[in-house]
Amino acid sequence: MASIAQNKNRLYDRLAEVIEEKKDLRNPLIEILRIAQDIFGYLPIEVQEFIAEKMDMPASKIYGVVTFYNFFSMTPRGKYTLNVCTGTACFVKGAPRLIQMLSDELGVGMGETTEDGLFTMSAVRCVGACSLAPVFVIGEDTFGRIDTVDKVKEIIKRYE
Amino acid sequence: MSLKRIDLLICCGSGCVSAGALKIKERFDEVLAENNIEKEVNIIETGCMGPCDYGPVMVIYPEGIFYQKVTPEDVEEIVNEHFLKGRAVTRLMLQDKDKTIRMQKDVPFYHKQVKVALENCGYIDPDSLDEYIATGGYEALGKVLLEMSPQETIDIIKESGLRGRGGGGFPSHIKLQMVHDNKDEKVKYIICNGDEGDPGAFMDRSLLEGDPHRILEGMMIAAYCMGASEGFFYIRAEYPLAITRIKQAIEQAKELGLMGENVFGTDFCFDAEVRTGAGAFVCGEEMALISSIEGERGNPTPKPPYPAVQGLWGKPTVVNNVETLGNIPSIINRGAEWFAAMGTEKSKGTKVFALTGDIRNTGLVEVPMGITLRELIYDVGGGIIDDKPFKAVQLGGPSGGCLTVEHLDTPVDYENLKAHGAMMGSGGIIVMNEEKCMVNVAKFFIDFCVEESCGKCSPCRIGLKQMLEILERITSGQGKEGDIDELLRLGESISKLSLCGLGQTAPNPVLSTIRYFRDEYETHIKEQKCNTKVCLDLMHYEIDKDKCIGCSICASKCPTNCISGSREDKYTIHQIDCIKCGNCFDVCPTKAIEKIPGIHPEALKR
Ligand SMILES: Cc1cc2nc3c(=O)[nH]c(=O)nc-3n(C[C@H](O)[C@H](O)[C@H](O)COP(=O)(O)O)c2cc1C
Ligand code: SF4
Ligand code: SF4
Ligand code: FES
Repeated sequence: MASIAQNKNRLYDRLAEVIEEKKDLRNPLIEILRIAQDIFGYLPIEVQEFIAEKMDMPASKIYGVVTFYNFFSMTPRGKYTLNVCTGTACFVKGAPRLIQMLSDELGVGMGETTEDGLFTMSAVRCVGACSLAPVFVIGEDTFGRIDTVDKVKEIIKRYE
Repeated sequence: MSLKRIDLLICCGSGCVSAGALKIKERFDEVLAENNIEKEVNIIETGCMGPCDYGPVMVIYPEGIFYQKVTPEDVEEIVNEHFLKGRAVTRLMLQDKDKTIRMQKDVPFYHKQVKVALENCGYIDPDSLDEYIATGGYEALGKVLLEMSPQETIDIIKESGLRGRGGGGFPSHIKLQMVHDNKDEKVKYIICNGDEGDPGAFMDRSLLEGDPHRILEGMMIAAYCMGASEGFFYIRAEYPLAITRIKQAIEQAKELGLMGENVFGTDFCFDAEVRTGAGAFVCGEEMALISSIEGERGNPTPKPPYPAVQGLWGKPTVVNNVETLGNIPSIINRGAEWFAAMGTEKSKGTKVFALTGDIRNTGLVEVPMGITLRELIYDVGGGIIDDKPFKAVQLGGPSGGCLTVEHLDTPVDYENLKAHGAMMGSGGIIVMNEEKCMVNVAKFFIDFCVEESCGKCSPCRIGLKQMLEILERITSGQGKEGDIDELLRLGESISKLSLCGLGQTAPNPVLSTIRYFRDEYETHIKEQKCNTKVCLDLMHYEIDKDKCIGCSICASKCPTNCISGSREDKYTIHQIDCIKCGNCFDVCPTKAIEKIPGIHPEALKR
């Protein structure tokens, strides 16, 4: 553990700063985990242990919180996260078919990352673009009314 | 709103942004600069204007001209024709049958709407405290702090008849009164519930993004009523813009002295903080939400004790929905009577809904309580896309239920919806046409609740899983005699035995679809057929040889190579290998491929 704490890795330094800054908020754990996930892209056990040590709480508690919330991920993500909306509006407008088309095109299932590390496909609930249903989101870009394989292929190509 | 010649309001709600609103704004910046008139035009990026389906939309003042489906290519024409020559661009206006609608106020979508919580949303710049103040913002706070006692304020809320908009419809004044009456405890908290768990709804998000100061003002008034000096906004992490806007609103209010120590020179002190949720539906439930703010897993705890008695860090706490708080400044400004004049006997005021599904005008609407479903769907919503027959509407998300054609004239209020097995919920409305399979919809909601159950109590954790397994069997052709009764039995006991609202309401979508569409369940089970052709295991594709021209496009798009034939013999699908991906159906130029209910005899052999 000491070796982790001594690690001069820039990312850990940044995390340490964040913890220092937020520590005195009341119960800032979720806030800190969220920022940690921004910094590292995901929350591997080592990061959780680092936080545990800095915040002086059992690592098991942190693990319990990380696994409870969908927002936190313990596996690394691809360069792009492709979030398919599985909200109700998208569901009735054909999200299941969209998921199948994306999954065929990328060769991965929900929550998996493509071999080239480019995409992680995951599900989100309602992104507030129900008028464009069914939709998926890559980064800040929302793609709506995606109902054919050709449309899917064309969009994926833009990111390759 | 400004001294400039033209106010250009561009809707930057989530729907319009997805449809490209920001690119249009950039293009306006360029073109206005090219023409040296950037000083004459005031560009305002507003919150959601409502009619997401027409997006990107914009309104141009002083006239109030409404443009829809604008693209970056249209910007030059708007600037040249409208701004420079004063000729509005007719081709970008909404067409209603043969009428061209010029003004925003004439758009039929708005006719039956009454905006209270959404009053400023889509009208002011949410980044600007000045604009909020210019429309009367923080007058209500000033009024209660300077002229009224907390009890008098609670009395107004009581007389207005305001009920919680977060789903339950609990009278808002009761919670405030309880905490107000607790004089022994000095530390009290107010929490704004911005978790918006209903997957398919974006009302609270639009309010937080479109008019953040209104929610903050509402929170402070509620805090004054109950004697709290600290508040929390709990907003889901998926809403980064809402989080930014509220944080900014807090900063702005503090700078102007509208928040902090001794507001308006009175004894009232208030501070607020934003906490983010991390994607768990159950955290919208108030006890779970409180655990989550405390930094724990969001597990619900049994009630009582209610949060009003023992809430955040054991202190008396009121949790209010975003929209509930958004109503409060208007009630104070315009009076309890004004508010109570809208709505029905027991449900006063208005309700914001997110209209989605197979409806023409998807979007954000606010209507008086008591409007009928027919008015909501046909007059406000513009009816069903392509004029297909209406089948059902789901209200209240995963906790709610569906209503059908026979309920179209039901007034929308807490009591009437409940009486028919649905509920008001937070305001998500999914309209479905006759092509939707209700068994499949029920499965979707149960699947959602299985994923979101916190797992603390077994009826919810295990019972819902069993319901899902049965529904999965039914939709894949393995349904058995007695499955429907088993679903009813499970559903009723889960409702009775679960600890929190999630489990208690999760069976509702199944119970209500069985109530109104039992025959559909029976067809799935007894005939192994999905008449809407949605359940892939209970339908198949076939090529109509009379329509097929033998072009072979379908065969080339089939991922399992199960279509073969020739120009002469036409093409055939080999059912055993068909995975029902539907690619062939999409590409056939002559629409020769049909969806047929039921399993193909050939596939049965498998
Ligand atoms: C599973 C579950 C999810 C809920 N989700 C929300 C939500 O997303 N937003 C909300 O305001 N209330 C939600 N509620 C209701 C809250 O528990 C609480 O009643 C509400 O925030 C009170 O505010 P109000 O009186 O202003 O409606 C949920 C309840 C349950 C049981
Ligand atoms: S009803 Fe479900 S979500 Fe609620 S406490 Fe029980 S297991 Fe958790
Ligand atoms: S695409 Fe249509 S017309 Fe062409 S071969 Fe297939 S079924 Fe026949
Ligand atoms: S349900 Fe998909 S964007 Fe709302």
